Amino acid sequence: MNELVFFINNVVISGSVSGSIYAIGAIGVTLIFSIMRFAHFAHADMMTFGAFMVLLLTTLFPAAGASLGVPTAVLMLPLAMLLTAALAVGIDKTFYKPLRAHGVKPIVLVIGSLGVTLILQGLIRLFSGTGGQSLYVDDRKEIFRLALPFEGARAPIVVTEPQIYLFVITIVAVVALHLFLNRSRLGKAMRAMSDNPELAQASGINTNTIVAVTWMIAGALAAIAGTLLSLDVTFKPDLSFFLLLPIFAAAIVGGVGHPYGAIAGGFVVGFAETLAVFNWNVLLRPFRDSLPAWLELPSNLAFVGTEYKIVVPFFILVAILVWRPTGLFKGKVI
Amino acid sequence: MSNSEKTRNPAYTPQDATSARRFPLRELILFGVLLVAVLAVYAIMGAAYSTRMLVEAACYAILALGLTIQWGYAGQFNAGVMGFVALGGFCAMFFSVPVNDAFWGTALPGEFGRVLLYGAAAIVLIVGASKLDRLGVPKPLRTLIAVVLGVVLYLVVISQLREVTDAIESQAGFVGGLGLPPWIGWIVGGALAGGVGYFIGHICLGLRSDYLAIATLGIAEIIKAFLKNSDWLTRGTATVSPLPWPTPGPAELGFTLSRAIYLSFTAVIIAVIFFLLNRAYNAPWGRMIRAIRDNEVSAAAMGKDINKRRLEIFVLGCILMGLGGGILGTFNSLFDPQGYLPLNHTFLVLVMVILGGPGNNLGTIFGAVAVYIIWIMSEPLALFLMQLAVAFGEGAFGWDAPGNMDSRALQARVLVIGLLITMVLRFAPKGLLPEKIKSHN
Repeated sequence: MNELVFFINNVVISGSVSGSIYAIGAIGVTLIFSIMRFAHFAHADMMTFGAFMVLLLTTLFPAAGASLGVPTAVLMLPLAMLLTAALAVGIDKTFYKPLRAHGVKPIVLVIGSLGVTLILQGLIRLFSGTGGQSLYVDDRKEIFRLALPFEGARAPIVVTEPQIYLFVITIVAVVALHLFLNRSRLGKAMRAMSDNPELAQASGINTNTIVAVTWMIAGALAAIAGTLLSLDVTFKPDLSFFLLLPIFAAAIVGGVGHPYGAIAGGFVVGFAETLAVFNWNVLLRPFRDSLPAWLELPSNLAFVGTEYKIVVPFFILVAILVWRPTGLFKGKVI
Repeated sequence: MSNSEKTRNPAYTPQDATSARRFPLRELILFGVLLVAVLAVYAIMGAAYSTRMLVEAACYAILALGLTIQWGYAGQFNAGVMGFVALGGFCAMFFSVPVNDAFWGTALPGEFGRVLLYGAAAIVLIVGASKLDRLGVPKPLRTLIAVVLGVVLYLVVISQLREVTDAIESQAGFVGGLGLPPWIGWIVGGALAGGVGYFIGHICLGLRSDYLAIATLGIAEIIKAFLKNSDWLTRGTATVSPLPWPTPGPAELGFTLSRAIYLSFTAVIIAVIFFLLNRAYNAPWGRMIRAIRDNEVSAAAMGKDINKRRLEIFVLGCILMGLGGGILGTFNSLFDPQGYLPLNHTFLVLVMVILGGPGNNLGTIFGAVAVYIIWIMSEPLALFLMQLAVAFGEGAFGWDAPGNMDSRALQARVLVIGLLITMVLRFAPKGLLPEKIKSHN
């Protein structure tokens, strides 16, 4: 029984945590891909920027959350979302719009977004330093231990407070996005533009507005993902290159330009990562006596060590590009 | 945006083609300025330091030539130069470091060879299982058998490998080198980088160009993670040094002279690469590559095998990066996997290429040397500026500066590189020495 609890703690919970973060990040990437038709490499740094804004605001008003009974960082999240959305629109106006106006190939925009990545990274590190910092400035991180009502289950299931916020906020964000894309006029216009930009423009949709709205949504979602990640562990300014690969893998697995696919892809990548680094020997241990004598299990049965975690999204990316480049849900952009 | 005229990079439109036989005024001025800058560095920083800078700039020029044929000749964007450089550096280390008798004198090589044989046998078995449908096994069943067999055999082989590598680490430290001349390592490093490039290119080059950027970015991080964590192979964070040079080392001739000899050695290699690349550029093969870059559809309509040509040029670029990485690694005389950073080994090279002139080999070499000088000189400059700002802040506002200002000042260079990339793309997409486009009237 303890082995099962261990499995739930290490795979189910941590897989859903990283899966939700990848999913929220991948939605932004996939929306930008479907409207602007390029891979936005600066997305992970927009996530870091959002988390940094939360950190700044939390340090400025450390006691603001206590009066409402929530961590200050969570209270500051909407503000950080606004700031990051403004940043995303600003970046588009300053850096990408002139390039688009020149009519360059999409790959030039990709290089431009790498330049933006470096600018953001440099700015964040200049102001925050290079070390990690906790977003819990003045609050305490609650840890919930759920004991199982079974015989012989000694170890409890462990969930932390930020993880609960993470699940709630992810669900809220996904539902809100679903309603926006399907019910609102702007959301429908967005989907029309992602299907066929020329036709959308011809039927009177203002493409500039759509572009701006896309950046705002992507920026706000990036702020959510970055903040939730930093709440769960710590805020680190140099996460971006490690986040980019899983996020892009998630977007491509789900089918580029397909927001629901991106959610599925995020969870696929998140669970694949945790399953791959999980030591399967733990689950086989109870059956050790019933195994034949010649079969001696090695003590470490993980597929890859934790230090090689980044191999997993890459492997998924390669596999999907080889077998099904359109993604699981038939993305539009190939 | 589907209109091909609109999506074309204005950098390559033939209207602004310069005639081929003009007086190279621009080149002369730029290289004159560069020469003055190099002489100034010599005068200020001394000969030994400046020669070291020039050798490193020369190694970066090889990397930049590799990137310029991928980006400039063919329009492929490689965001993982660092990985190929690290592979070259690893091969240079592995081939040139003296033989480790604590490893080769024991039973460990036999053990390691046995695991490698197991691995080969496992691959044969899995490939065989994936062909079971030819024997009449239904396809879903075949896939199931192949996947299950793959998972089980992978776990068996990887746990055996872990045992052996742990034994190597505890008994012998690390595998050691082969004690061969470094240039063999450089060539093998180039070949290995080309092999990895073939794998990536084979998967990604038929798809959107963005996918290649994502995949190369990923493989670079994976190569670095592998080299950093494989203590049995590379000593990981403990680093390996010194690496022997193919030319007489500083112990025999002193710093300046030995570095000057290394520099001339590297210069000869660059000259050979430059000559061969220029021949290739002007050959029918180069014309075909540029035709594919400029208008893929019409090139395909002419019957050109687009994906094969793309793969050729991508692999060629990766080979050059591996070679340059090997030469750089040997010169540093230190193999430190953690020293490979995306900023220093990917984005710096990218700036060199797009600033110098993508597709123009001379411009790329100019860009490499110029950007490297700026990069090296920006370090003391950034520290100085930061101290100035801190002094001003403390004096004017009584601001209490945090202690890690120096590391933050160096981070400011990240910002500068990013600004350079975006500015060049916007205001000088052709670089300082644009590609010369021949018109045949």
